[in-house]
Amino acid sequence: MSRIKQCLETLKANNKTALIPYVTAGDPAPQHTVDIMHALVESGADIIELGVPFSDPMADGPVIQLACERALEHGTSLRMVLGMVDEFRKTNTETPVVLMGYLNPVEAMGVHPFTEAAKAAGVDGVLIVDLPPEEADLAAPHLKGAGLDVIFLIAPTTTEDRIAAAAKFGSGYLYYVSLKGVTGSNALDIDDVEKHVSAIKSLTDMPVGVGFGIKDAATAKAVSAVSDGVIVGSALVNTIATNAENPEQMRAKVKELLSSMRAAMDE
Amino acid sequence: MRYIVSTRFDAETLANIPDHRGHFGHYGGRFVSETLMSSLLELEQHYEKLRIDPKFQEEFDADLADYVGRPSPLYFAERLTRQVGGAKIYLKREDLNHTGAHKVNNTIGQALLAKYLGKPRIIAETGAGQHGVATATVAARLGLKCVVYMGEEDVHRQSLNVYRMKLLGAEVRPVTSGTKTLKDAMNEALRDWVTYVDDTFYIIGTVAGPHPYPKLVREFQSIIGREARLQCMEKEGRLPDALVACVGGGSNAIGLFYPFIADEQIKMYGVEAGGLGLETGQHAAPLCAGRPGVLHGNRTYLMEDENGQISATHSISAGLDYPGVGPEHAWLKDIKRADYVSATDEEALRAFHTLTRVEGIMPALESSHAVAYAMKLAKTMDKDQIIIVNLSGRGDKDIHTVAKLDGIEF
Repeated sequence: MSRIKQCLETLKANNKTALIPYVTAGDPAPQHTVDIMHALVESGADIIELGVPFSDPMADGPVIQLACERALEHGTSLRMVLGMVDEFRKTNTETPVVLMGYLNPVEAMGVHPFTEAAKAAGVDGVLIVDLPPEEADLAAPHLKGAGLDVIFLIAPTTTEDRIAAAAKFGSGYLYYVSLKGVTGSNALDIDDVEKHVSAIKSLTDMPVGVGFGIKDAATAKAVSAVSDGVIVGSALVNTIATNAENPEQMRAKVKELLSSMRAAMDE
Repeated sequence: MRYIVSTRFDAETLANIPDHRGHFGHYGGRFVSETLMSSLLELEQHYEKLRIDPKFQEEFDADLADYVGRPSPLYFAERLTRQVGGAKIYLKREDLNHTGAHKVNNTIGQALLAKYLGKPRIIAETGAGQHGVATATVAARLGLKCVVYMGEEDVHRQSLNVYRMKLLGAEVRPVTSGTKTLKDAMNEALRDWVTYVDDTFYIIGTVAGPHPYPKLVREFQSIIGREARLQCMEKEGRLPDALVACVGGGSNAIGLFYPFIADEQIKMYGVEAGGLGLETGQHAAPLCAGRPGVLHGNRTYLMEDENGQISATHSISAGLDYPGVGPEHAWLKDIKRADYVSATDEEALRAFHTLTRVEGIMPALESSHAVAYAMKLAKTMDKDQIIIVNLSGRGDKDIHTVAKLDGIEF
């Protein structure tokens, strides 16, 4: 059983929802990333989504775009990100790590070499934003064959047959994007999220994580009540950005935000 | 990877390029975030219906005739031909279209799609500003709200076109992310589209982007090649021997090439922006010096670093300053149906001056790349052979750039 599946099943058995923070690797600089990952775990993270920076993150809003630019200024490459996971695994063999990014850096490295290196580094899952199920016929079976979970996005506009395809080609969990627009957008309609999550769950047994629009303890708690996982990205990346000059304060603020979400979700 | 070899270009094969997934052989496709998928599927569905709807076609043809001023002439550049010495050089005068470039053929078509789909707001990305102007123009005519994304760098380089767009009622939004050029403008337009998809139609300006864009832009632009075929038959009683067009994203080139693909004896040359020279790395020539990858929703040749990050590009012409290229060109290159070459900034500039002085036609700096290569090519061919060059746009917008290089400030 994959580490992701195991993690989500254990949480379910204990009646808890997964807290899944996203940070961009190499932001604000590569030397901080592993430390931030440990801080996330200390604050109650169940799974970490680690963003692989890309020069043209077309599905992301300004917060994550700027994080990518900062990471790339320091030359953060996909190989370096794999090195960070390897480093993280030296002291943490429990927490699943999902790499989230765009297809081109993976293809530049080569899908096969990437798969081997990711597996060796201790990566558990891969979410390639611009690789929908229709185009994943070559890469997804290969990644899955090596034991990596392949996570697909589901949007409010995704039709039933396409949800079924994502469930068929994917594994681990489905990532429901709760809003139209790019990452970091505003206003979350919790009734609407609940409606969509139950529609997805009527089509598949796979756990459903919800992201986009979760920015504080209250929204985390609300989403937690209607899903299997709460994914928080831009709010964390923003916290990192505003405290980039002072690493200790950055660590403290990241922990403060995530711990408050954890506490609210577990109430 | 499945390449068609034996019956490469029979009607059925051509009709299936791209296939139903938008693949041109190994290239093309629909590599987008799930959030865009339903809009693309909706667009494809409507488009496939409208492209065979006689009413839609009639309206499109009427607009091309009465609003754009088509057909554009096929002009025999007699003095240039004599000066170069070699094959006869004909110019397909897309510069004479309303708004001064081939871009309007496509914006007319896509704005018509927006109208049929009932979308009141249109958005576009632009590099040199030609596509932005062409979009703002059709938006004004149809009374649609129009937002144009343009890299901050290009806003400075092409201030005249920025003002033209504003006069036409469009809002120009400068893009400050990334390299602040065309690719970043396209990222920003995609972000806008995904956020306001209910009332917005995204008019992509070139044969790139996710399926069905490369296909529908090709269909709107291929009027260029269809006319050129007939005009060449009328004037010369036979088809040309070679076609030459500049390639940024590649829409004017596909427009000229597509109706000739099945005629394998006709050579096709796409001319990329060689910038300061391919060896310097300061260029925008992914087909000549890049490698395949995935950007902006399609698999194609890209300029990227070893880690798959998209490189900054350089060209004297903002319209060619793009690190990718339409997937159909990638396919035509791999199957060796078309040749992709490059012309440097300097060669393009020389061609700009030559055509202006010898024929009294001031070409856009983009089109000057095609003229530069055609002049080289003509010399290697016989006097009774024929080259058609796509003169994709007029050079008025570039006068500031050219003057500055001559040390003149207005």
